[in-house]
Amino acid sequence: MKFVFKIMMVCTSLLFTLTVMATPVDTYEFKSAENQQRALSLAHQLRCPQCQNQNLVDSNSPVAQDLRLEVYQMVDSGKSEAEIIDFMTSRYGDFVLYNPKLDSKTYILWLGPFGLLILGLFIGFIFVRKQRIQATESTTLSTEQQAELDAILNPNKTTK
Amino acid sequence: MKKFVLFIPLVIFLGMGAFLYKGLFLNPKVLDSALEGKPVPAFQLERLEVPSEVLTEKDLPAKVSMLNFWATWCPACKYEHPYLLMLSKRNLLPIYGINYRDERALAIKELTTLGDPYTANLFDKDGRLGLDLGVYGAPETFIVDHNGIIRYRYAGPIDQTVWTQTLYPMIQQLQAEAKVDGAS
Repeated sequence: MKFVFKIMMVCTSLLFTLTVMATPVDTYEFKSAENQQRALSLAHQLRCPQCQNQNLVDSNSPVAQDLRLEVYQMVDSGKSEAEIIDFMTSRYGDFVLYNPKLDSKTYILWLGPFGLLILGLFIGFIFVRKQRIQATESTTLSTEQQAELDAILNPNKTTK
Repeated sequence: MKKFVLFIPLVIFLGMGAFLYKGLFLNPKVLDSALEGKPVPAFQLERLEVPSEVLTEKDLPAKVSMLNFWATWCPACKYEHPYLLMLSKRNLLPIYGINYRDERALAIKELTTLGDPYTANLFDKDGRLGLDLGVYGAPETFIVDHNGIIRYRYAGPIDQTVWTQTLYPMIQQLQAEAKVDGAS
């Protein structure tokens, strides 16, 4: 019991250390708080090309810093989200998007799970229906079957 | 028919298995360049050695050439430098150096001490051209065809293997294309 408690303590402390990760701070002045929020949420959605498992806000690499500032400036100059994302993907490819676009290359990615779900439901439906049909099929026996059954049930009554 | 239906899950499983197995051997560090097939983006950069002289994308020659991003702070660039020198001696194609986020004085000093393989050097102090080309490190090399279209991007230092297996065949092919088009 004590041991379990210890393990739990270690796990929770780990959780806390994960939330206290340093992120680089930029001294960029936004025109408005709204812009700041929009820019930060956008930068969070974009992957850093250098440190590939970090987003632009978390990454310390010079490239991420440049791109971050680029995103901030574009937001401040009133560019739309689509324009900014286009700016990024035209240079770094779809790779920088954490949420892949929906196009011919990614249909299977987006729609595959739903396809599998529908297939599963379909198979389940067929299976259940079969069982129902089997259950409701008439259970009357033909005369030969009845005779056979009688022979099995009452073997001593057989005419010799 | 009934037998066939029973095999469907197996087929789906094998299909997904093959797909995911292939995924195990992909190198996530190798990004396909978004710029292949697009023209070199517009730029206006000073020459490294001559600050008064500004070059733009229109100054690139109408033949197959290489753009090589390098910097003095980049160890891999030092590693590929001798190979670039060797290539420049062979005079196969113009090699444009783009000095990327660097100090001008340091860069010039490095070229004078170690040798200068470049046809011309552009000074990309704040990495703007690098950003427009989707560069995320150094060294990176772009092969540009005679129409100024980017045809290939290689991220990493050039050495014998990369050159003979990838870059040189591609350059020869593009030079052949240029010949067909009547450009030298």
